[in-house]
Amino acid sequence: MTAKTLIRIEQLTKRFGDFAAVDDVSLEIREGEFFALLGPSGCGKTTLLRLLAGLETPSEGRILIDDVDMARVPPNKRPVNMVFQSYAVFPHMSVRDNVAYGLKVDKVAAKERQARVIEALELVKLEDLIDRKPDQLSGGQRQRVALARALVKRPRVLLLDEPLSALDAKLREAMRFELARIQDKVGVTFVMVTHDQNEALAMACRCALMHKGVLQQVATPSDLYEYPNTRFVADFIGSINLFEGRLEVDEPGHAVVASAALGVPIYLDHGVTGASGSTVWVGIRPEKIDMAPRDGDAPPDQGGGAVGHNVVAGEIRHSAYLGSETIYEIALATGTIVKALRSNIRRYEERGFDDGDSVWLSWDARSPVVLLS
Amino acid sequence: MRAREPKGPLDYARSTPLRLWVGLVLVFLYAPLACLVAFSFNESKRNIVWTGFTTDWYGKVFDDGDLITAFVNSLTIAALSTLVSLVLGAMVAVALWRFRFPFKPAFEGLVALPIVVPEICMGVSMLVFFSRILPWPTDLPWPLDLGSIVIAHISFSFPFVAIIVRARLASFNRELEEGAKDLGAGEFRAFFDVLVPHMRPALIAGALLAFTLSLDDFVITFFTAGPDTVTFPVKVYSMVRFSVTPEVNAASTLLMALTVVLTIIGLRIQGRDVAEMGNG
Repeated sequence: MTAKTLIRIEQLTKRFGDFAAVDDVSLEIREGEFFALLGPSGCGKTTLLRLLAGLETPSEGRILIDDVDMARVPPNKRPVNMVFQSYAVFPHMSVRDNVAYGLKVDKVAAKERQARVIEALELVKLEDLIDRKPDQLSGGQRQRVALARALVKRPRVLLLDEPLSALDAKLREAMRFELARIQDKVGVTFVMVTHDQNEALAMACRCALMHKGVLQQVATPSDLYEYPNTRFVADFIGSINLFEGRLEVDEPGHAVVASAALGVPIYLDHGVTGASGSTVWVGIRPEKIDMAPRDGDAPPDQGGGAVGHNVVAGEIRHSAYLGSETIYEIALATGTIVKALRSNIRRYEERGFDDGDSVWLSWDARSPVVLLS
Repeated sequence: MRAREPKGPLDYARSTPLRLWVGLVLVFLYAPLACLVAFSFNESKRNIVWTGFTTDWYGKVFDDGDLITAFVNSLTIAALSTLVSLVLGAMVAVALWRFRFPFKPAFEGLVALPIVVPEICMGVSMLVFFSRILPWPTDLPWPLDLGSIVIAHISFSFPFVAIIVRARLASFNRELEEGAKDLGAGEFRAFFDVLVPHMRPALIAGALLAFTLSLDDFVITFFTAGPDTVTFPVKVYSMVRFSVTPEVNAASTLLMALTVVLTIIGLRIQGRDVAEMGNG
């Protein structure tokens, strides 16, 4: 899908005093996509969202929406509406008046206004509570009011500031699908800010990961997870085993990294294009590490690599049973702790591994990611 | 039957000394007021012995042209000064809440000063000000002749409004205002649609306070009033100098009733607002 670019952010910087909350960010968001701004708290993602809404003014750089420079456009004139983290539902107005507010300000005729309010409330399934006051609504219902209130204005972009953070676990799960359904139906471009990687991975078409005001990587959720480009990204998204090592062999077809922490060389089925002998980091996701009982001294064959590569022996130190899966912490001979995740495809009693067991750890030559920084 | 809980040290409803204490407080607070009201219905001209029930004194109050004039003056002054204090106080509160500017602490202190300056000092300074620096013309038509008193009343009323509103603003969620702007409202529209409704309970409380402060002010009014303008408290004072007649009682009772009714209305509205805004 190559939709046209809707939002173009060019070298955007926002400083508060000496502190750059958003630091030279360039980004393009496409028409109709569900875009997530992801990052730890204080990374500048909310500031970026507020810059889009016009609630902050950039120190440097530009924002273009539909190729129109937003520099001189105040928040109330932008084709953008926002769902605030606190929802910001007006407490002194009924649900109906809250949703109608933006249309009233725009002087939409009463009859059309009425129809659009009903339509928006039906979209968020709140039409039965139209005459309630916000203090008679639950948190989830108030969020729906905020959503309807923003969507009723038919914006080009809907901004969502941590939309699920205030909801309890079950509701959050339901709201994820709900938001996806609503976006599907209205076709509006959604830009969501979240600190929760699961939320971003589950909902977004593409994610931008930010750290200390700087854009780290923009990619689809699976690319962000499978092909992170820095240690920060690799570590922030999901869980990963990181080994520092030296690039020994780097050919177009394969590469070998020697790691003192791991004790065995890591064989990769692709070239790295790094300087030979330079320091690199190899990341392997816990679920991509296979675990086999260690009966004899013959390691299992991983295939694709030379014998003696990508296999290491260790001892299970600790296991955390999480219902659907179990996380094992395995100590290697070098003292390094490696995490391996196993799906519990059998009952707990049938798991076959116990703390203290000796095991072989192995991984496919295609699984590790090599990070140069 | 359920066993009674042990008596706590501050359980004043169940401790005899504390009950006595509460009783004394109530007596000293309300007995004088009760006497005042009771003797306004007394037939005797003197406030000492009860001779019989009558409402004649109320009739006399309404026949007393000077007293009525003074009463109308007081209400007019109170209404005008409340209105201006409300706008001024709310604006000061918003400025202090929203903006940072040089000498803000000094400004904040200056605003609160009229609250702590003794009334007599305010009165004397107003007297000097209006006689030497800005002499208020004496022969203006009503209600312009009340101008100096209104200005004086505003100057000591609006700080109370500002402080009450400022406290209320502390609980305002800025995202509400941003939300209004995001939905298309301009600066003023967002202010009146979102911020003012939030301030409403404080505005009502402030107005109530400003109104009563103005209505019963004697000292400052005494010093700023021209020779021909008389307010209700000043008039009562001049009547009392000769003797406390039941007429004064009746007039005071009416004033009391008025303020009580206004307060009840104000608190009703405020209670409703607070209940509604509680879940912002």
